[in-house]
Amino acid sequence: MGEYILKRIALAVVSVAAISAITFFAMNLIPGGPFNKEKAASPAVQRVLEERYNLDKPVPQQYVIYMNNLLHGDWGVSLKTGRDIWTDISTKFKVSARLGGLAAIFAIIFGLILGSIAALTRNRWPDRLIVFLTTLGTAMPSFVLATLLLLVFCMKLGWVPVWSSQNQSILLPVIALMVYPMAYITRLTKTSMLDALGQDYVRTARAKGVSGVHVIFRHALRNALIPVVTYVGPMVAYILTGSMVVESIFTIGGLGSAFVTSITSRDYTMIMATTMFLAILMVVANLLTDIAYKIIDPRITFD
Amino acid sequence: MQGTDREQYKKRQFLSAQIDLSRFNPSSFEKATDEEKKQQDVMGESTTFFRDGMRRLRKNPLAMGSIIVLAAIILIIIIAPHIVPYSYSEIISIDGKRDKSAANLAPFEYSKMEQQYMDRTGEKLFPHIFGTDSLSRDYFIRVIYGTRVSLSVGVVAAIMVLIIGLLYGSIAGYFGGKVDLVMMRIVDVIYSLPDMLIIILLSVVLDQTLEPLITGTVFARLGVNMISMFVVFSLLYWVGMARLIRGQILTIKNNEYVLAAKCIGTKDRQILKKHIFPNILSVVIITTALQVPSAIFTESYLSFLGLGVSAPLTSLGSLANDARSGLQSYPHRLVIPALVICLIVLALNLLGDGLRDAFDSKLN
Repeated sequence: MGEYILKRIALAVVSVAAISAITFFAMNLIPGGPFNKEKAASPAVQRVLEERYNLDKPVPQQYVIYMNNLLHGDWGVSLKTGRDIWTDISTKFKVSARLGGLAAIFAIIFGLILGSIAALTRNRWPDRLIVFLTTLGTAMPSFVLATLLLLVFCMKLGWVPVWSSQNQSILLPVIALMVYPMAYITRLTKTSMLDALGQDYVRTARAKGVSGVHVIFRHALRNALIPVVTYVGPMVAYILTGSMVVESIFTIGGLGSAFVTSITSRDYTMIMATTMFLAILMVVANLLTDIAYKIIDPRITFD
Repeated sequence: MQGTDREQYKKRQFLSAQIDLSRFNPSSFEKATDEEKKQQDVMGESTTFFRDGMRRLRKNPLAMGSIIVLAAIILIIIIAPHIVPYSYSEIISIDGKRDKSAANLAPFEYSKMEQQYMDRTGEKLFPHIFGTDSLSRDYFIRVIYGTRVSLSVGVVAAIMVLIIGLLYGSIAGYFGGKVDLVMMRIVDVIYSLPDMLIIILLSVVLDQTLEPLITGTVFARLGVNMISMFVVFSLLYWVGMARLIRGQILTIKNNEYVLAAKCIGTKDRQILKKHIFPNILSVVIITTALQVPSAIFTESYLSFLGLGVSAPLTSLGSLANDARSGLQSYPHRLVIPALVICLIVLALNLLGDGLRDAFDSKLN
């Protein structure tokens, strides 16, 4: 167990290092430095600027400096706005975390409920309906869903006002973000619930005269939860990347839309910092998921 | 049995237990002809693995429906450009003059200039089935080309993933040992990278760096973004396939027939080709089929972020992205490409599931 966790942590560290190296060297491949603009400064000024930001040093050395700064909490300065990136990221992340967190929680709750209903009413109409809707849900990209929701409920029906600083209703963005993970969790729960219901321990419990509700919640659902736990890591990744388009569609000033803006405005230091931040989040989420999975399910052997 | 033979089978002694064959009808002892032998055959027609799977697939209404939908879509995107007289980048013009009134037309609507032209000459112009976009381009043909681009990105990406994953996975799985260990650690690291982020990042970078490399070559026609998308897909998405194939090979290579082949001195390449590949084929086909919709998803996502194919070429994702600016007035421009994406992805997913049910022998 301890060895497994150590291995997993080592892998996580290696992948964060790989991501940082990929992003850094990839960014440096782009021709033209940040100070070679149309409005070119005099060579002297440019040299001073490059010295100030260590751009005159060889690339591997720049990488070391960058990583060193990063580990000391210095994420650099945005090329476009000139603001400190870390303050930008941390304020914007709060918005995104609220949105993504709600989406994740609702996706899990509704996914579990729908999946259990589908498993318990197998091959009857509630099951068919749920299967139909989840198949539809997994075939729809989040940006399509988000724009359609915006179009129908904000613009045509006018039920929900468009997001603004006065009106911060996050109902629609949360729905747009949660549909895909919810559909996926529903499918997972259904298959694992069906599997659990066919197990001997469920039959034993029924034979002992345990009430139906008790069998479902205590015996079947608890065991059916295990595969769902493994999906939490990928779900975090999905919600984080999904929030990029959803936030820009609903014009919410979160981290996702900041990332998209930095891409379109080619703000390289901001792209680099946001990628690193999101990547670390995803890697940590995956790490925790894997460890939690091993702890929850004692049947798994450690190799 | 002829007369003389009959004598031969007569009971020689009265109390003998010998059966008096001469009392039976001689025709009962005639040899059965080939035709008569065949009547006794109760075996069904021999079936191949492929035919068996197809039979199961044909019984699955969802999979068959998906095949019909996909075939219809493919037929339309092949034929439509030959019928519709507009091209995807063509700005509507009458008599060589740019038709400024032709922007943002509703479906099946003609612009003022087109109406005048038709009244004057009596000639009927081809209708704009989905209307036109804000740059006066026929929207129907743009959707057709967008579908072409999205589908081909999906298929090409899936094939590249297949080739790389197959090579990598089969080498690691077949040789095992240290080779496998090193190769799989590399896969582990790539697998744990957040793919979407790296894809976005690499698209941004390749967009800038590939440009001078490909100008003047065949690739230039495809556009930088398209190439970078392919590069990115082939760099990242093969790991899942490689893992799967390695796992399959590891289980298959321990079978007795592989051992037998080794004993008689068959070469490694021959064993891989003759004994191992046919056995992993079904899993590989199914996974490749399911790779196509996920590649289309990723492509449309990237296009939506503005990292897709370069203008004037278009894809379904970039069409949806362009439609956002006129969402309030022209919602059909978003709804149409969105519907096409959903339809294609849905059909491919259902087809993939159907293929898995039909061909995966472990599920039967």
